[in-house]
Amino acid sequence: MQKLPITRSEPDEHGHWGKFGGRYVPETLVAPLEALTKEFSRARNDSDFWRELSQLLCDYCGRPTPLFHAQRLTAHAGGAQIYLKREDVLHTGAHKINNAMGQALLARRMGKRRIIAETGAGQHGVATATVCALFGMRCIIYMGAEDMRRQALNVFRMRLLGAEVVTVHAGARTLKDAINEALRDWVAHVHDTYYLLGSALGPHPYPLMVREFQRVIGREAREQILSATGKLPRVLIACVGGGSNAIGLFHPFISDESVRLIGVEAGGHGKSLGQHAARFHNGAASGGGRVGVLQGTMSYILQDESGQIPTTHSISAGLDYAAIGPEHAFLHDSGRAEYIYASDAEALEGFSVCAELEGIIPALESSHAIMPAIRIAHELPRHAAIVVNLSGRGDKDVQLVAELQTQ
Amino acid sequence: MSRIRDTFVELKCSGRGGFIPFITAGDPDLATTELLLVELATAGADIIELGVPFSDPVADGEVIQRASERALRNGVTLGDALTCVARAKQHIHVPIVLFSYFNPLLKFGEDRLANEAKQAGVDAVLVTDLIPEEAQPWTETLIQHEVDPIFLVAPTTSDKRLVHITQQARGFIYAISRAGVTGARDEMTHDAETLVKRVRSVSDLPVAVGFGVSSAEQVREVWRFADAAVVGSAIVREVERLSAEADLVNRVGQFARSLVAPKSVRQAAGN
Repeated sequence: MQKLPITRSEPDEHGHWGKFGGRYVPETLVAPLEALTKEFSRARNDSDFWRELSQLLCDYCGRPTPLFHAQRLTAHAGGAQIYLKREDVLHTGAHKINNAMGQALLARRMGKRRIIAETGAGQHGVATATVCALFGMRCIIYMGAEDMRRQALNVFRMRLLGAEVVTVHAGARTLKDAINEALRDWVAHVHDTYYLLGSALGPHPYPLMVREFQRVIGREAREQILSATGKLPRVLIACVGGGSNAIGLFHPFISDESVRLIGVEAGGHGKSLGQHAARFHNGAASGGGRVGVLQGTMSYILQDESGQIPTTHSISAGLDYAAIGPEHAFLHDSGRAEYIYASDAEALEGFSVCAELEGIIPALESSHAIMPAIRIAHELPRHAAIVVNLSGRGDKDVQLVAELQTQ
Repeated sequence: MSRIRDTFVELKCSGRGGFIPFITAGDPDLATTELLLVELATAGADIIELGVPFSDPVADGEVIQRASERALRNGVTLGDALTCVARAKQHIHVPIVLFSYFNPLLKFGEDRLANEAKQAGVDAVLVTDLIPEEAQPWTETLIQHEVDPIFLVAPTTSDKRLVHITQQARGFIYAISRAGVTGARDEMTHDAETLVKRVRSVSDLPVAVGFGVSSAEQVREVWRFADAAVVGSAIVREVERLSAEADLVNRVGQFARSLVAPKSVRQAAGN
């Protein structure tokens, strides 16, 4: 069957992109999700809301972020011109603040003073703790014990910002377990609590809402690359955990059919189930993801033969997750976006190459996109351009990388 | 008429409150689960809920989370739970409700589940994270195979959705006593009674109340305004506490008997 080109990617009113997305939650959460959906669609059509958000993103967070022509990386690749979208220079160090700020404004509109969030790498936790400090809201962050070990610096930052960090000991003690705990908290405190979910995941309206708050990345990048080169880029490339930085970059280019959209998943250190977090890869038989339901949404999920969710592995806590956002599942099946993966070793190589050639230390998450970008740039002509989303900075990872290098 | 419907008709005729204990399949092992199903039926259960373990039970508190983990460590699957029901059903006639999350069911397949559940003697299926809006065509397939889809309602459920949910549900309505995950609580809130009244105003389906019902007093309190009480975590906690004991099955049976009087006595007492 020939696939029709996708020029639009909007969910139906219940949050479905085709069969993906939707709302698979305990009954108690339906009412707060409906209230959130209603408030979000009001805010979405309210120019005052967007004006206030833009102002804060500009004055407080440092938007617009630069689109930097990485000439030494370009020379190293020997092909297309490589541009870095510098989300790493944002306040708190990653794109996560775009969404945290947007949702904090929504929470304020809804009169909620108690904010809960999950975090993997800690970047979303830090962003949430930051906006809560700014607006004087109570902040509780759920984080897996394993992630707290890997990202100790971010735990300390969250506590400095006045947040309560709750250690989650269940399961593999990573992002998925933190989301479970945050959902349980929300079920028990629906009346006064706002769940500030950090990626384009979970039940409707989160995947849509988080994308809308992250679209600013792609909107700016589109304007900047047109102004720098006079034409559209050939390729956009971004790492994909839940997929918020990638969907934020991709979405404003969806109808530009000439632009290839490439998501990079975490290939971890092996191909069997439990050794990676590459939901689209390796084929179902050898440990890839299959369509399923996890934490509120239908998407590609890493799962075993009985539908149980196994542990996943990635060197980067932010990509170490069994499900991918539903809109990515839709873009994958429709053929509009491509998904590849980079191993732990390739991510470490990208981390070093970017630091040494450009003087920029990327987050280990964002580092997954560097080596694939170099390979793809190499195959393209010099007059083509490729935009890499440098979604976060790597200060939080320096200690981990140092430990790995001394081993 | 489904067996669950029959059960509630019988409860109503005899003026008796219903008792619905919950256990997790494969906790501590499948052989014990089979014996527990029989023991709970003997101890006065009118319906039994059998939890099928899932790795990410977001609606459950710590006690049932741990039970799921124990069962999953034993490698227990949905297929195992069905086999367990089929074996127990050779000895008991109490209706069985499978209680799980959507992903293991989705993986098993909708037609296969409906077929095999029916064959095993499962009377109903309750999927904690499947709301009616997402439940088609599952609901229809189950109904075609004479397996009742049970749905939850919560204190936060709007009147509009109560109508929608009760229209899709069969068997009974499971009312969540309060906002929160499963787990024993010291006190019942007024939320449960208010919710049951709201359900009754839009539907004739019987109503069972669960989440946080853990003592004989609370069971009697629920019977005052609802058709049946579900006791989950309190029983699962006993299974956990006694898991190394040779007489686990008898002692969990004793605990169930401490929650409710035998059916004949309940009938005579009219409560």
